[in-house]
Amino acid sequence: MSRSGLRGPSGGRVRPNTNLELYAWHFMRVSGVVLVLMVLGHLVIMHLFFSVDRIDWNFVAQRYQNPLWRIYDLVMVILAVLHGFNGLRTVLDDYIHRPAWRALAQAALYLGVFLVLVIGTFTILAFDPQAWASGR
Amino acid sequence: MRIYRGGVGMAAWLFHRITGLAILSFLLLHIVDIFLICWGPAHFNKLLVLYTALPFRVGEVFLFAAVLFHALNGVRIILIDFQPALTERQEVLFWMEVGAFVVLFIPVAILMLGPLSTGRG
Repeated sequence: MSRSGLRGPSGGRVRPNTNLELYAWHFMRVSGVVLVLMVLGHLVIMHLFFSVDRIDWNFVAQRYQNPLWRIYDLVMVILAVLHGFNGLRTVLDDYIHRPAWRALAQAALYLGVFLVLVIGTFTILAFDPQAWASGR
Repeated sequence: MRIYRGGVGMAAWLFHRITGLAILSFLLLHIVDIFLICWGPAHFNKLLVLYTALPFRVGEVFLFAAVLFHALNGVRIILIDFQPALTERQEVLFWMEVGAFVVLFIPVAILMLGPLSTGRG
């Protein structure tokens, strides 16, 4: 059996010793509901109220003068990254069976989620339009 | 080869998985491209061809379709999870979801692609 990593000594499924999967299951539902509103809102604002023809650096700079938009984007990006990577974790779990590959995939997954969260939150928190105000 | 025929439930599961992976791929690209605002207007504005060029604008409509399906199907999953009696009516729920998708997708797609037909400035 290729899924040996998931089987106990007597061949039965190993009972998880943490509630991690239960928390992940709840997180997907709660973040999902929030993301439905935030992501569809984001698309409607950017593509219908505005348009990609009107969005440029100045647009983002002006928008980020208002801290509420930074909070909106920050909450959305954190929830979306965690929701997306947890979904990917489920997919990898389904298709990668050999223990060594599972370990490698998990390591890559956690490294990925860390990097993306750092880049995403850094942009939203550290972006300073004033830095270019004089040179333009 | 034997093929498992799971009906609309399996189709919904498969589309949920495909659209989820597609949206995650775009999310990674989007986080990196927005990161470049920190390099200033000159670099960032050049990059925006990623959003305004014709193939990408059509891609954005597909992105909206993926997000809309994933959102509606996610709501269907949550409804069934917390209201198990609905399991018996999951096919009806699926077709309601398809109906909602069509009703919401068509006008938005027209609004998104409309500026292209009139020639944009």
